[in-house]
Amino acid sequence: MQFRTRAIHVGQECDPQTGAVVPPIHVTSTFVQPGAGTWGEFDYSRSGNPTRKAFERTLADLEGGGYALAFATGMAATHCAMMLLGPGDHVVAGSDIYGGTYRLMHKVLDRVGVKVTLAPSTDLAAFEKAITPHTKMLWIESPGNPQMSITDVAAVAAIAKRRGVLMGIDNTFASPVLTRPLELGADIVMHSATKYLGGHSDLLGGALVVRDKGLFDRLYFLQNATGAVMGPFEAFLASRGLKTLELRVREQSRTALLLAEWLAGDFRISRVLYPGLAAHPGHELARRQMDGAFGAMLTIEVPGGLAAAKRVCESTKLFQLAVSLGAVESLISQPVLMSHSSYDSAARAAHGITDGLIRLSVGLEAFEDLRDDLDRALGT
Amino acid sequence: MSASTQPSSEPVSSKSAPREPGLSTLAVHAGEARQKAAHAITDPIVCASTYTFASTQAVIDYIEQKQDREEYGRYGNPGEKVVERKLAALEGGEDAVLYASGMAAIVGLLMTKLNAGDEVVFFDECYHRSREFCAKHLSRFGVVTRQVKACDYAAMAAAINSRTKLLVSESPTNPHLSVVDLEQFAHLGRQHRVETLIDATLATPYNVQPLKYGIDYVLHSATKYLGGHNDLLAGVIVGSREQLEPVRKLRGIMGAINSPHNIYLLERGLKTFELRMQRHNANGQAVAEFLAGHPRVEKVYYPGLASHPYHDIARRQMRGFGGLVTFLVRGADWKETAAVVDATKLARIAPSLGGVESLIEQPLVMSYYEVSAEDRQRFGIPDNMIRLSCGIENAEDLIEDLRQALEA
Repeated sequence: MQFRTRAIHVGQECDPQTGAVVPPIHVTSTFVQPGAGTWGEFDYSRSGNPTRKAFERTLADLEGGGYALAFATGMAATHCAMMLLGPGDHVVAGSDIYGGTYRLMHKVLDRVGVKVTLAPSTDLAAFEKAITPHTKMLWIESPGNPQMSITDVAAVAAIAKRRGVLMGIDNTFASPVLTRPLELGADIVMHSATKYLGGHSDLLGGALVVRDKGLFDRLYFLQNATGAVMGPFEAFLASRGLKTLELRVREQSRTALLLAEWLAGDFRISRVLYPGLAAHPGHELARRQMDGAFGAMLTIEVPGGLAAAKRVCESTKLFQLAVSLGAVESLISQPVLMSHSSYDSAARAAHGITDGLIRLSVGLEAFEDLRDDLDRALGT
Repeated sequence: MSASTQPSSEPVSSKSAPREPGLSTLAVHAGEARQKAAHAITDPIVCASTYTFASTQAVIDYIEQKQDREEYGRYGNPGEKVVERKLAALEGGEDAVLYASGMAAIVGLLMTKLNAGDEVVFFDECYHRSREFCAKHLSRFGVVTRQVKACDYAAMAAAINSRTKLLVSESPTNPHLSVVDLEQFAHLGRQHRVETLIDATLATPYNVQPLKYGIDYVLHSATKYLGGHNDLLAGVIVGSREQLEPVRKLRGIMGAINSPHNIYLLERGLKTFELRMQRHNANGQAVAEFLAGHPRVEKVYYPGLASHPYHDIARRQMRGFGGLVTFLVRGADWKETAAVVDATKLARIAPSLGGVESLIEQPLVMSYYEVSAEDRQRFGIPDNMIRLSCGIENAEDLIEDLRQALEA
């Protein structure tokens, strides 16, 4: 079966008890057991819940993985993956990553003795050079946030294999519609399910997906032991979101490409960062690695720095000024003040997060409406 | 790169005349406040049964209609108002009244508009419960229901008299998918000063907006394409504010309102409305064409096929033809037909339609099991009829499933 058909049916089998075509929302905290010392499939909702499991099974299938774990947030998922590391261990992360991941690595993991080095994952030689004898994990995003850099996932996975370390990737921006990193050799795929998977700005969630049973067992142990699980209502909404995932991502990507092409020809914009443009340094790689589209996130830079970017962000009517991304409503944000404010200013400068950047999350609205909105805002 | 991804060469419209927002833009934003409670991007689910007043004066201001606000859950809910505005915008109507189900909506309208001694005229191809309500229950209140052959406008005109208050039809009809000429239907109403109601559940506002043809009321079972995920029940009537005012008032008294949780799911479902409909339309057309070419299929009812008796009017009037496809299995008795239904693996056997999951049913068994053979013949429900609601799965998967079921 094809992707969209699986998104609707795998893991979402009708309820055997009532025949309900949509599985019920199991809000129960605990499950009655067949006997003392004999355990049913579910025992306590932190350890497993049927509604959460349905979402996990659908997502695992869509990512081409065997196993998925759903978390309360994307950060809870990333944190769970990082808890595989211990004192003295080292992680090499890409330099175009979400500010919250940067914060977790630099301001939380450092306190338990995990060291981190940021290196450009687009430059494979430099990235590999950052690996030390203590390195246990590589962590990347592609497309990166906020510069939309494209990393060769298969090449980084090959480096990880050769150096005997784990490789994790935050696949939030591409979604499994466009990139399935496990098929390219990655060990762990992480998602903020809040974004494209849920897709409607109405739930918080995260997920890890893996192929290796041993790795899954270690992650499941950590999830169950620390408890940051996704709730049943969120799992239901996330599963509902997956049913239209491919339609949404392809349509939003199509609109984003049209906007990027229009913006690239506009004199009021100094740079357009979108992998779908031929001028983007990752364009050729994105064409190979992404399945027929380039995603619905794009970043632009306006001359005039912080004040000019602020003016644009505050002038749009359809693009709403908010953090987050990946939903049906288009959003606009200033990375310096919002998604990447937790970077130290020196780190921002080092990693190209300049004051004039504006990040657009392209929603489901009609292209013409979004274009007119930006046109008006840039004119102010 | 496909042609559709080429940048538009048309001039930016902010420099020319204002343009109507696109349907998907309306689906995502229409009816919602720009600034919502707590600055949230989505509307809250307001579960409150009642709403507090700051003072006695505030109560008086509300009663004297000096302040527009909520009072008690049965009379209105903030989420309900958002969805009503969104549905009205999608239909190109002034106002919409939301109900607990499609049946609650039609009952709400009929109970508002008809008095003892009044008459209503139906086209006879229609949802069997609508027919049952009029024939068995409205009759108890002294309302006369007349049924004429679907799309026979002369017969409908002949059935109208001075007591007639409402003309009712589905378009397309269920399960025959006959398409009503909406201009002619509306004209008939205006000519005789009788109001008109079209149940456009199978069409949806993506494919046709009946109000633009002069129809007075559009009805939807929002359980179907509008909700779209087989996970809520809802009904709605769209029309002018003036004509719907007494309908809304009676709803407040009869109480067939929808629930806050359902309403939120409906609002959420509407966000992907255009995408889903494009897919339902494409799947319906592809499946109908496949079935029309299959030797085991005797007949396909789908307005998108040139062989369909209403193809021309459907093409003029509709943007697409929906996801519902009805067909007859060649020379099959009811058991052989049931075997085809039972052999499908992707489509689930269930009533309802319009959701992302494909559903299949045999009308004889599902809706007409207790109806006599003569009546089934009268309603045009042969034993070998199958109704398939195409979901948004890949068309290739649906066709492959049907092929193996027909050839099993």
